[in-house]
Amino acid sequence: MTTEHSLTAEELTLGYADRTVIDSLDLAVPPGRITVIVGANACGKSTLLRSMSRLLAPRAGRVLLDGRQVHRFPAKELARTMGLLPQSPLAPEGITVSDLVGRGRHPHQGVFSRWSREDDAAVASALEATQTEELAERAVDELSGGQRQRAWIAMALAQQTDLLLLDEPTTFLDVSHQVEVLDLLTDLNAGRGTTIVMVLHDLNLAARYADHLIALADGRLHAQGTPSEVLTEETVRAVFGLDSRIIEDPVSGRPLMLPIGRHHAAGAAGEAGKAVPARAARG
Amino acid sequence: MSAPVLTRPGAAPAPASVAAATRRRVRGASRRRLVVLVLAVLVVAAFAVTLVAGRTYYPPADVLRVILGEQVPGASFTVGELRLPRAVLALVAGFSFGLAGVTFQTMLRNPLASPDIIGISSGASAAAAIAIVTLHLGEVQVSVVAIAAGLGVALLVYSLAFKGGVAGTRLILIGIGISAMLDSVTSYVLSQAAEWDLQEAMRWLTGSLNGATWDEVVPAAVAAAVLTPLLLGQGRNLAALRLGDDTASALGVRVERTRITVIVAAVGLIAFATAAAGPIAFVAFLSGPIAARIVGAGGSLLVPAGLVGALLVLVADFCGQFAFGERYPVGIVTGVLGAPYLVYLIVRTNRAGGSL
Repeated sequence: MTTEHSLTAEELTLGYADRTVIDSLDLAVPPGRITVIVGANACGKSTLLRSMSRLLAPRAGRVLLDGRQVHRFPAKELARTMGLLPQSPLAPEGITVSDLVGRGRHPHQGVFSRWSREDDAAVASALEATQTEELAERAVDELSGGQRQRAWIAMALAQQTDLLLLDEPTTFLDVSHQVEVLDLLTDLNAGRGTTIVMVLHDLNLAARYADHLIALADGRLHAQGTPSEVLTEETVRAVFGLDSRIIEDPVSGRPLMLPIGRHHAAGAAGEAGKAVPARAARG
Repeated sequence: MSAPVLTRPGAAPAPASVAAATRRRVRGASRRRLVVLVLAVLVVAAFAVTLVAGRTYYPPADVLRVILGEQVPGASFTVGELRLPRAVLALVAGFSFGLAGVTFQTMLRNPLASPDIIGISSGASAAAAIAIVTLHLGEVQVSVVAIAAGLGVALLVYSLAFKGGVAGTRLILIGIGISAMLDSVTSYVLSQAAEWDLQEAMRWLTGSLNGATWDEVVPAAVAAAVLTPLLLGQGRNLAALRLGDDTASALGVRVERTRITVIVAAVGLIAFATAAAGPIAFVAFLSGPIAARIVGAGGSLLVPAGLVGALLVLVADFCGQFAFGERYPVGIVTGVLGAPYLVYLIVRTNRAGGSL
């Protein structure tokens, strides 16, 4: 089982060149839970994730892992505690799934040290957990999008970290593969207690899978808490500039956001049931 | 396709799965070992042939006695003074070019990123041409100038391409531009050259092992002996860099530090080998992709590429000397081999973002 780690940001300010993306943000990631960061395009979600995994140095403030600044951690020690799956990782041409997953063992190995039984066990367990064992000898670039994403997650699993950060792990996947990947991460959280922090685009999937939801707007923390606390019509308007209705998701009981475009505004203003006839009458 | 039902991720893996993982890994590793062994045997064989055969044949026993320091009439001069330094230089220069080339290609994730394409060799050549033709420097000074210029150009290309990290494509394009500029400098200098300087300067353009002496061989061999272990020590970090800078960093690789170490070591190898043998065309560029074809995608290419480079230079030099009616410098032979591959690669890269 995993040990619990605290991951926090204190007065974190991030930016590129002359642009400030995140402005003095305070944040605590609840250990052992699934945290999802949502927000409009270019609101700084990925930047925040990059900084938490120390790919980006803060302009001001700090990111603390177990009370220590991530930027002061020895590289390999940090990589044994916290894994990251970037948005578009590169697979070398022709590399097999099992070789790729094996790369996840990097932080556990010395410069010239040999492969150990532990390494093999970690690879085997990662392949099993992601159901990629039968793909082990296939080349990563031949796989379907969903299979490829599972292979990358397997690599991150072989790293055996207690914390796993993922930057939009469901991009470019169709809906069934999105659900498949998110189910896998939920299993990982439930089975190993791995703390998961991810950026997601889809608000409804975010609400369904998150224990803790963080909404960013204009480089600031707009709201955080359980999905039902955060995903409200006010939040959607403030964060995305979009009118919406929130109903209860009949499948999961979580909030479900229905966007209201210009063409459907009439129905949304009144009773939900009138939305369809209103449109039909106009057409 | 069915949605996979997960076996509890917390559970220990089944012993059979662990055994399968071990089996796959051992199979890959033993294939790599076999490839390295076969390449090493081929290099030794090519090395031996160039010592034994030539205009005159000397029996292996005589050659061995020369190597052990005994005096053998005839063989002592031909083998000891002519063939042996030449063969050792071919070995060292080929290995250095192959290793440095694949290092750059791996680090920048692009087969076009070899030092002879991105201007490092052109820098050494241009500096050497100026040193010989314009400044009339002696042999040692020319080498020093060439090595310094190679390092200088590498630094220039890197700093021009640096923009909060280095993207492979930008570095390659800048390198190709710098390389073209330097080549025109070289052409201009040569057009001004006196005839007796031209001969010596040409060596710096094509690469040749003609008249190799121990004085030239030793610095290159020492550089290779020092820098090779340094690069091999970065092998795992380099392999992780192929997954992209972000992933490598998440795996605990210090990306910029690795890159600087590796660049300094690889440029050092290139510069010293170039100072001794000239920029033998395309060896740095060809060795990595050939090694990748033989070894397969997973493993480290450093040692295999070095061996392929050594083999290429040994064989190409032997062919250049004896396969045709006239004698050709080794760089001409490797140039003829390499140019079509460069065209193929550019065509293919244009179609899809290729890698090694």
